[in-house]
Amino acid sequence: MAMEKQNDLNNNYTDNNGSADSVLEQNFRVISPGRMVAKRFFKSKLSIAGLIMIILVFLFSFVGPLIVDATWGYKETQVFKIERNSDMVSKAEFYGPDGKLYTYYDKSQTLVVFKAPPSKDHWLGTDTSGFDIFTRLMYGGRISLVISFIVIFLETFIGIVLGGLSGYFGKWVDQLIMRIVDIFACLPGLPVLLVLSATINSIEGIPAEHRIYYLMAFLTLMGWTGVARIVRGQILMLREQEYMMAAETTGISALHRIFRHLVPNAMPQLIVNATLGLGGVILYESTLSYLGLGVPFPRAAWGSMIALADPSKGQEILANYPNMWVPAGILIVVTVLGFSFIGDGLRDAFDPRMKR
Amino acid sequence: MGLIDIFKRKKIEGVDDTMYLTLREERRISKENNKIIRKFEREKNRKNVPEEEYLTQMRDPSNVVEFEDLHTYFFTDVGTVKSVNGVSFDIPQGKIVGVVGESGCGKSVTSLSLMQLVQAPQGQIVKGSIRYQDSNGKCYEITKMPKDKMLKIRGKDIAMIFQEPMTSLNPVFKIGEQMDEVVLLHVEGSTPESAKARSIEMLKLVGIAMPEKVYNSYPHELSGGMRQRVMIAMALSCDPRLIIADEPTTALDVTIQAQILELLRDVKNRINGSIMLITHDLGVIAEMADYVVVMYAGRIIEKGTVREIFHDPKHPYTIGLMRSKPTGETRDNRLYSIKGQVPNPINMPDHCYFYNRCDKAMNVCSRDYPDMVDFSSTHCAACHLYYGEGLQEQNKGKE
Amino acid sequence: MAIEKISPDDSKNYNNDDILVVRNLKKYYPVSKFSLFKSRAYVKAVDDVSFTIKRGTTMGLVGESGCGKTTVGRTILRLHEVTDGQVLFDGKDLAKIPPKELRKMRPQMQMIFQDPYSSLSPRMPVGEIIGEAVKEHKIVPKSEYRSYILKVMRDCGLQPHYYYRYPHEFSGGQRQRISIARAVALKPKFIICDEPLSALDVSIQAQIINLMKDLQEQYGYTYLFISHDLSVVKYLSDTIGVMYLGNLIEMGDKNKIFSNPMHPYTKALLSAVPVSDPDVKMNRIILKGDIPSPVNPPSGCKFRTRCPYAMPICAEKAPVFKEYEEGHQVACHLYSQD
Repeated sequence: MAMEKQNDLNNNYTDNNGSADSVLEQNFRVISPGRMVAKRFFKSKLSIAGLIMIILVFLFSFVGPLIVDATWGYKETQVFKIERNSDMVSKAEFYGPDGKLYTYYDKSQTLVVFKAPPSKDHWLGTDTSGFDIFTRLMYGGRISLVISFIVIFLETFIGIVLGGLSGYFGKWVDQLIMRIVDIFACLPGLPVLLVLSATINSIEGIPAEHRIYYLMAFLTLMGWTGVARIVRGQILMLREQEYMMAAETTGISALHRIFRHLVPNAMPQLIVNATLGLGGVILYESTLSYLGLGVPFPRAAWGSMIALADPSKGQEILANYPNMWVPAGILIVVTVLGFSFIGDGLRDAFDPRMKR
Repeated sequence: MGLIDIFKRKKIEGVDDTMYLTLREERRISKENNKIIRKFEREKNRKNVPEEEYLTQMRDPSNVVEFEDLHTYFFTDVGTVKSVNGVSFDIPQGKIVGVVGESGCGKSVTSLSLMQLVQAPQGQIVKGSIRYQDSNGKCYEITKMPKDKMLKIRGKDIAMIFQEPMTSLNPVFKIGEQMDEVVLLHVEGSTPESAKARSIEMLKLVGIAMPEKVYNSYPHELSGGMRQRVMIAMALSCDPRLIIADEPTTALDVTIQAQILELLRDVKNRINGSIMLITHDLGVIAEMADYVVVMYAGRIIEKGTVREIFHDPKHPYTIGLMRSKPTGETRDNRLYSIKGQVPNPINMPDHCYFYNRCDKAMNVCSRDYPDMVDFSSTHCAACHLYYGEGLQEQNKGKE
Repeated sequence: MAIEKISPDDSKNYNNDDILVVRNLKKYYPVSKFSLFKSRAYVKAVDDVSFTIKRGTTMGLVGESGCGKTTVGRTILRLHEVTDGQVLFDGKDLAKIPPKELRKMRPQMQMIFQDPYSSLSPRMPVGEIIGEAVKEHKIVPKSEYRSYILKVMRDCGLQPHYYYRYPHEFSGGQRQRISIARAVALKPKFIICDEPLSALDVSIQAQIINLMKDLQEQYGYTYLFISHDLSVVKYLSDTIGVMYLGNLIEMGDKNKIFSNPMHPYTKALLSAVPVSDPDVKMNRIILKGDIPSPVNPPSGCKFRTRCPYAMPICAEKAPVFKEYEEGHQVACHLYSQD
């Protein structure tokens, strides 16, 4: 079949004005549009930095666990009991008979097994439950990235379909969809999430591990509105292009016109939007986990690792064990920044006005 | 593998369809470009250039501007575009010189080179000279002139009128403010009051009935023809010696075009300046110009007085252009057309650039670029048909 | 079914030689959607335009920007809804036909657009641009599809190996050929050409004109050629209509219009065209002023503000569009007086 098609094209048509064309073509080469975008993207140092950051985070969270598992054979929930002596000092203050303030110290040695400091075996030490922090960072990253990609994908999909319909058909379809968008957009995200997760917690039929999926579904529900607005705006703009009018005069059906002409042309904008959105979802997920509403306890998440240092539970970890929470914080910052840099770089690269 | 195939462009076997540069070629090009651009930019950014370096002598003191062997190249990502490739012509005092050619032939870049407005750093004047003579008889070499000195000539002595009157006025300022700014900038000792008086006088000069009203309106409140009049008024406000009109009527309707052309001619006589008229419309040239320069792919292929060009065109391209205008005599005979496409001036061949599209192409045409042949003191064309080997070949063919 | 329903007088007046009959076509755009006052302001982009095109001929529609000539073309194809009037295409009223039927009829009437850069979808290869609608309407059997597209491409002077290329790789002239190929591939009867030459270089314009003429000779297309360039219209058309501010002001046989223009606007338009001869000095009528705003057109004859022969009556009532000699209609008070 394929061969036959090729033969069709290979038939040598003698073309009266073809010769002049082909001679000129030999001297005239262009850069393919894809390469042009890549070229502009790599011109900016920030976008390269972003790319490197994201690649490192990806390697760390997806390849890291495999290496750990293969070499040392443990996972995120492996408990390490590392015994060491810890000085416990208790003190009390009292006024002596002479009216001066005295402090009473009582020093005793105890044996602790958790909260080990960084060592050769455990690079960042272990946490309050005896899990290896370094390994948990990898697993936490994995879940954050997976969730954010799924959410963004779904968001974009719903946004394209609804925004596309709204922008293309206009009139009451547009009114209806845009009012729904308005309603979703004015819901305050975090409070609703809190209430929702509390409700989910109280429903017995839902196991704790599944809670995060419901929350992510809700995040998707909140997030598609932005995409829908962008798609609608793009389509309103592209609809005025003459090729859309041409598609109408040739009698191509509305669905084809939307999904074969409009959406591909709106794609660059959507890719930029999705990239910038990835960071946002990671932040949301971390916030939820920090509040104890996200990924349930024995599994690792960057947010819940930072939550260990929650000052309301005492200053001890915040002050004395930065190895438990600082790395997770740094990873969140690096990932979100990385996605932002890439998103900005892509926006500049796709923007034809930057063509110079 | 399957995934990569999706991104690969489909190809037809047996046809050399390499439209795209390879990555290696691309790298080589940008490396070379960077080197060249850096060299030119360093030269340009020197401070305190002594005046002797850019003072020069005109070949003929009756000219306002002389272009000599001008080369303006653009060092782009896909290769060197020789937009202007050895252009020489003069603009005499008080005359209209028309520059004709199709898109990408370098006619606009020539005028931008004169204004030092070629988009740097990609675009650079590589070779040649542009001499400009001011009203005191002082001659400047524009290509060597430092940027700050150029500011005094640009907009004052040489003014420019663009194709799109929509985009060449700033939409957020009133017409008056924009016009006054030009006067205040260039006319020494002008006050806001005198600038306003001058602006209104200029608006009157270009035939605007209610200058005060136009002075106080925003660009979007005016029609296309009115905006073009305002642009002309603005160009005139500093008594320029030369007006560059780059397709001044292309965006306008025929009846408005007639008004604007009339106005331009009128204005030229009144200020005793010269006009460099850039257009693709032969009709406009025939009506307006005294001298005509025909450009093709960055080179001048024919130049002469307007009568010589229109009554006795020599170059096959000029002849083709004239014949391909529908005159509307009869419907049945086919319109003459030049075959092929307008060339993209990247990596042009060594032979005549018109060779591929020429009806009269000979062997010699594919070998070297033709020399300029003089037909009179003003008329010359670059074509093998009229000298040496080409002429012999031509005669042989006749026998 | 609905399309068959033509009111009795339509079918009586309908002549099989006429492919397109436009009667009293009106297209108004509301100026502001929510007006405080009851009476809405309208821009009368097309105001009561009637004409007929015979099969296999070319009609030229001339006028300056903003005169409504593009709107006429788009309204005929119902890319814009018709405000009022009839558009009879092959006897069927396009203005009232339901959308589904309309979509089926689309291939018969095609359009070539002005801007070859924005009229081709940038993310589709050439073969698909030309063939998309051919597939959708099943113009040719699936087995012949590719050879058919290649044949159309060859007809339009495009090389077969352009099939997989994208529009950005082509120059303006070649893009316009692609645009023509897209229209021609649907085997239309009627093609509207909306300023197809104005974005092209002079040497390329001639190629496209020849291509359009060759195609007409070969396949017998009917053209409605919309342009501001009188010389091109003169070359291509059989009949010519001149528009000013939404009205047809003069219409007739090409030779009659050019040898004996009656309306002062037509005269001015003809005299304003620059001539490619430095020694011919035209006796030029230069109109004063600009085209008035279509939101607020002058009363009576819309041209009176710029007309060198304006009379008192011109401000009072609009002139009637009447036939003054065979095949030559004009709307001007100069001729209705005596």
